[in-house]
Amino acid sequence: MTRFEQARYIQDEERYEPLLSEKDSTTVDVDGPLPDDLTRDDLTMPEISEPELARHYTRLSEMTYGVDNGPYPLGSCTMKYNPSFTEDVAADPSGFVHPDRPDETVQGNLELMYTLQRYLAKIGGMEAVTLQPPAGAAGEFTGIMITRAYHEYHGEDQRDEVIVPDTAHGTNFASAAMGGYEVIEIPSSDDGRVHLDALEDALSENTAALMLTNPNTLGLFEKDIVEVADMIHDAGALLYYDGANLNALLGRARPGDMGFDIMHYNVHKTFATPHGGGGPGAGPVGVCSDLAEFLPNPQVCKDGDEYTTCEPEHTIGKVHGFQGNWLVLIKAFAYIARLGDEGLRDTGAKAVLNANYLGEQLDIDIPFRPFHHEFVASGDRDATDFAKRMLDYGVHPPTTKFPHIVKDALMTEPTESENRHSLDRLASAFNDVMGDSDEELAGAPNYASAGRVDQTKAAKDLILSWQDLDAE
Amino acid sequence: MLESIGVDDVEALFDIPEKVRYDGELGIEARDEPTIKAEIASMLGRNEDMVELLGRGHYDHYVPSVVDQLSGRSEFLTSYTQYQAEVTQGFLQALFEFQSMLRELTGLGVVNCSMYDAPSAIGEAATLASRVRETSGNRVLVPDILQDKRRDVIENYVAGPEMPVDTYPTEDGNVDLDGLRSAMDEDVVMVYVESPTARGTIEEHVAEVGELTDEFDAMFTLGSDPIALAMLEEPAAHGVDTVVGEADVLGLPTSYGMGTGLFATKKDYVRQVPGRLVGVSEDSNEKRSFTLTLQTREQHIRRERATSNICTNQAWVALRIAMHMALLGPSGMLELATESVERAADLAERVDEIDGIEAPVHDRHHFREFVARTEAPAGQIADDLGEEGFAVHVLGENELQFCVTGVSDDELDEFVSTLSEVTA
Repeated sequence: MTRFEQARYIQDEERYEPLLSEKDSTTVDVDGPLPDDLTRDDLTMPEISEPELARHYTRLSEMTYGVDNGPYPLGSCTMKYNPSFTEDVAADPSGFVHPDRPDETVQGNLELMYTLQRYLAKIGGMEAVTLQPPAGAAGEFTGIMITRAYHEYHGEDQRDEVIVPDTAHGTNFASAAMGGYEVIEIPSSDDGRVHLDALEDALSENTAALMLTNPNTLGLFEKDIVEVADMIHDAGALLYYDGANLNALLGRARPGDMGFDIMHYNVHKTFATPHGGGGPGAGPVGVCSDLAEFLPNPQVCKDGDEYTTCEPEHTIGKVHGFQGNWLVLIKAFAYIARLGDEGLRDTGAKAVLNANYLGEQLDIDIPFRPFHHEFVASGDRDATDFAKRMLDYGVHPPTTKFPHIVKDALMTEPTESENRHSLDRLASAFNDVMGDSDEELAGAPNYASAGRVDQTKAAKDLILSWQDLDAE
Repeated sequence: MLESIGVDDVEALFDIPEKVRYDGELGIEARDEPTIKAEIASMLGRNEDMVELLGRGHYDHYVPSVVDQLSGRSEFLTSYTQYQAEVTQGFLQALFEFQSMLRELTGLGVVNCSMYDAPSAIGEAATLASRVRETSGNRVLVPDILQDKRRDVIENYVAGPEMPVDTYPTEDGNVDLDGLRSAMDEDVVMVYVESPTARGTIEEHVAEVGELTDEFDAMFTLGSDPIALAMLEEPAAHGVDTVVGEADVLGLPTSYGMGTGLFATKKDYVRQVPGRLVGVSEDSNEKRSFTLTLQTREQHIRRERATSNICTNQAWVALRIAMHMALLGPSGMLELATESVERAADLAERVDEIDGIEAPVHDRHHFREFVARTEAPAGQIADDLGEEGFAVHVLGENELQFCVTGVSDDELDEFVSTLSEVTA
């Protein structure tokens, strides 16, 4: 059995690492160039020397598990390795310009963005792409607003419903609701795919769009996608592609060819930009030709040899204050350029191969097949306990309890980054946990930097700052 | 591996119908690392090297190298949302510290782990207001000097819940209190005020707006940033309910508009707050530990009834901001705030001495930037300055805006003499 021990220094009986405020805090009087009635009296903040700062954050980093620490098979999050050189290119100071600079003085940034727009359009089979949305959910919201604008433009304001399958990511429901739509959830069929009868029943003259992930969150390809697209289009609605699982299809199938009208790309998943502990990511949106004029303002266009920013005729306006998460976009560009056509196809192939190899090694039921880049296993053990016990075997667990249609779901996506040895290690972690007792699962983790954290207490006490802690 | 799966070819694993398979060429040529580095360097090298006197929501405060080095540690960079608290205690603690430092600056009990940028945070504040306030309507009031870009984003955020956005007037770069009062009615659910404003002025009527919004039971949302808040009156003490803004004035250099939204509000609203929250708990060893909390507000659990659709946020930038704040300490932050006031005032005075330009246009205190009125067409002056390597904002036919942040004293000297030449 492989065991892994995360940094477990223990400072004292109470805590693992003191807070900045417990290390050193200073109060200074505010006595500046402004009149007193505009300023505060004093300010209390931590004040840490550079060496102390280095130790504090190095310590905190050691208590953080990332892809560089080991396998991270978080389903639908595509936690692949983030190539180092992309960090270097994003750090090029020439790209650190202000977003309000005149176009002719920032041709470099615009050229990179234009080229990335073209790359993404080709990869998705889309006509035009905006890079503005700063995350996948922001991409969904952008797509929803484009949907609204499109139907309003065609005088079909009555379309106030968005259909979402029960296996969809939570963001789909939330994004549609934020855009003012009523969300119609449809059940999946017994084989885990879109239930065509349920879709037919849900469709009406009020349908604005169907949001679909393909392969879906069970890892299954929606084989009836052409029929689904026809049904949606016959009803006058639009078909939205959630790009969370695009990794499986790279270079092999394109949402645009399947009949999708709008899609978002999660560059922090598919195109290897680091997840950064929760973000920043980027969620560019691609659309078919009928929707290009509804994209956010501005688009990056090319006029002869010059790159310009231009306003689409029926633009939905803006979804980000400026041009989106620029530093993330550079990394995505570099990654795509490194791979090229063949590398992209190879990425999809390896991601699918890895998931299937891993699935084959597991002594756990995988109810829905054939899966692609991810699968959902069901161990008939409490999924939270299962995940915590996996930590004891030195791997990050899969996404748990999602999708809801699988009991105690373990949604697993190893990505193409893992080699056979690593996949074997991951498989034995799964299988060892299956062999462990309920007590062992409930008592886990034992080797992480903290023991099991009491979630209920956190929600009950609601201590959200060190000021709350001091008030205790 | 194929053998253990029981297939001969990896293609056999793809369950994709023939008619939607893609056999074409994408036409993207693979390049090796050095080639891509050279290509991007050459591409970005086409950007003109200019002295930027630009601000209006995106600023260039120097970020110390140690912030790059520490935030670049790959455990931070390559981890994701802290769904497994036990192996992400470090990042959780860093985010908890971020929340705490911004609580100190705003005086408000709940700070989330970040939004995308200031405009999206304003949009989220508006929808929060509609959930927690009992006004008869859900109209949002914003200042007439708000950047169009920000307003555009807000309009999208409030389109779903059909919240009208209207403007209230400003007077000399501050809230026109009488004008705001006339714009108020029982339908107004949120009033948005900035300090510093888009035009660089410091708002002098925060407390009065607090009283007015109280009278109408509207939410008072203030746009600001951590450096300004180090010096300005504590928002919560003057009736502010929610503070939003660009937190990335610290921790992030000029990065073509990439931002990080600050979102702080009253603890009463905690169950309606968008975004992630880190709370304190205890682990099985009875030690203090951290975890994401109140996740039942969020999209992955609450779906269409979630407080927001936000999932991926700007956590890594929040980490950098926390590092930068801890390194500066209160005196370092105040020093930056002081410089932002003094250097802007100093430049305004020097610009004002130039014939054909009056500065600052507003008789107010300024922070980082100010507006100047020009006799000659502002666009022409900006073009001429551009020829000489200076980038400035053009606001209207006879208005320019200059920001001192990130511009050295030598560069400012050169700017002043160039400005006198091009206006002569």
